[in-house]
Amino acid sequence: MIRINCPYCGERDHSEFSYGGDATINYPSLDASEKEWTEAIFFRKNIKGFQFETWHHSNGCRMWLVVERSTITHEIKSVKPCHPDLQKVVKNNK
Amino acid sequence: MTKFNAWNVIKNGLNGQSYWTRQWRDPEPKSSYDVVIIGGGLHGLATAYYLAKNHNIKNVAVLEKGWIGGGNAGRNTTIVRSNYMMPGNHEFYEHSLKLWENLSHELNYNVMFSQRAHVSLFHSPGAKDSVSRIYNIMRLHGTDAELWDLKTLKKKIPHLNYHNSRFPILGAAVQKRAGNARHDAVAWGYARAADTLGVDILQNCEVTGFTRKNGNIESIQTSRGIIKGKKIGFAVAGNTSVLWQMAELGNLPIESHKLQAFVSEAVKPLLDQVVVYGVGGAHFYISQSDKGSMVFGGDLDWYKSYAQRGNLPMVQDVAEAAMAIFPSLGRIRLLRHWAGVMDMTMDGSFFICKTPISNLYLNAGWNYGGFKASPASGWYFADLIANESPHNYVQNHNLERFEKGINIDERGAGPDPKLHG
Repeated sequence: MIRINCPYCGERDHSEFSYGGDATINYPSLDASEKEWTEAIFFRKNIKGFQFETWHHSNGCRMWLVVERSTITHEIKSVKPCHPDLQKVVKNNK
Repeated sequence: MTKFNAWNVIKNGLNGQSYWTRQWRDPEPKSSYDVVIIGGGLHGLATAYYLAKNHNIKNVAVLEKGWIGGGNAGRNTTIVRSNYMMPGNHEFYEHSLKLWENLSHELNYNVMFSQRAHVSLFHSPGAKDSVSRIYNIMRLHGTDAELWDLKTLKKKIPHLNYHNSRFPILGAAVQKRAGNARHDAVAWGYARAADTLGVDILQNCEVTGFTRKNGNIESIQTSRGIIKGKKIGFAVAGNTSVLWQMAELGNLPIESHKLQAFVSEAVKPLLDQVVVYGVGGAHFYISQSDKGSMVFGGDLDWYKSYAQRGNLPMVQDVAEAAMAIFPSLGRIRLLRHWAGVMDMTMDGSFFICKTPISNLYLNAGWNYGGFKASPASGWYFADLIANESPHNYVQNHNLERFEKGINIDERGAGPDPKLHG
């Protein structure tokens, strides 16, 4: 079991969460070329090692998180709220 | 290499089994080859075999970082079927099934291919309609497919849970020519047959880098020295992205996920078919090996991973599905479970294609279905490497299909790799 330290709820089993995917994708502007959109939607770095990825606390607070996790050992380095403004709120409350 | 036949079995039986030769050589790497296949799994070995057999290209090396049969070749649930509906896929998998039917003779190696029928249960009128459509498409293309009503199903497999009131069994979609095989034997059989035709199988030979010249890959750095290849093929599903980036080619429409498989203690004959149960978020497939073990599996672990070990929530999930459909398994003990790393692609279909590097060819993205595909995968990958252009069946199985909007999405699940189970 992977334990994810949710910034809102505390440390929980990963079975409470749903895996999203690569958290580093930047979607291009709406009028960007098909090539850019293809790249953003379909192509992935698929990192072997530490990566930033999204998880949804679907059986908890239902907030989206960015988790820095190793895809080899599953060790987690950091967990943050997805939304940058919420990152500040969580920081200020600690 | 001693041929397996009745005469040699009798001769060795009388001589204390002392005249058998080793199954394949353990050669030192040569400095260059016409074709170098990276990845000594089923697909890589099959490719080398068909390069030599169908195209007379025999100066071939297969590089394997571990040992033959140690990767996904030995980490699957050994199911062989061809129940696909998308153009390209159904022809490809049907050809694969036909190759399976003659594989033991072809390789002079008993791969224990058993056409015991693949029985896919359905639990609602909607599911029946949906699966009928797929199986009708298969019939239109000459693949065998049929529906079993409840009465037939109960007669064939009497010990399923027919009293599940939440998901009552209404019948099953069946492919009778489907079944399973012994995975180790397939790896060893292809390795032995390829070696006999002159292919060098280089184990413990890990690729560590590429040297580029004039846009091509000139040589491959490996843990056993530098090896040159006029043509190079990747067949390393699970780790495709790692090699792809080693060749500085950027991103791929692939995520690596792990899929678990389970083996129970051996019991007396209990199940005569491959049974698939998938409803309400559950996914479960089971068969019984010739040794008597129940071999089964379920869904991915649901998060990206390169670890070849499974996590416990999925063990529980699979056990629950087993109990829901097969309550008689309740007291059976699990012997082993393990995980293999899958190339999960953005539309659930594979790649056999050329790449931006003109002497590099890609075989990847097998999702859940690599095992059954191995013979045809080797066949068409060898064809692509030898003839420089893809066969009709795999003409859209390339990296450009996403930009063109011709995704080959059997499930219609969209661009989320983990959903294409």
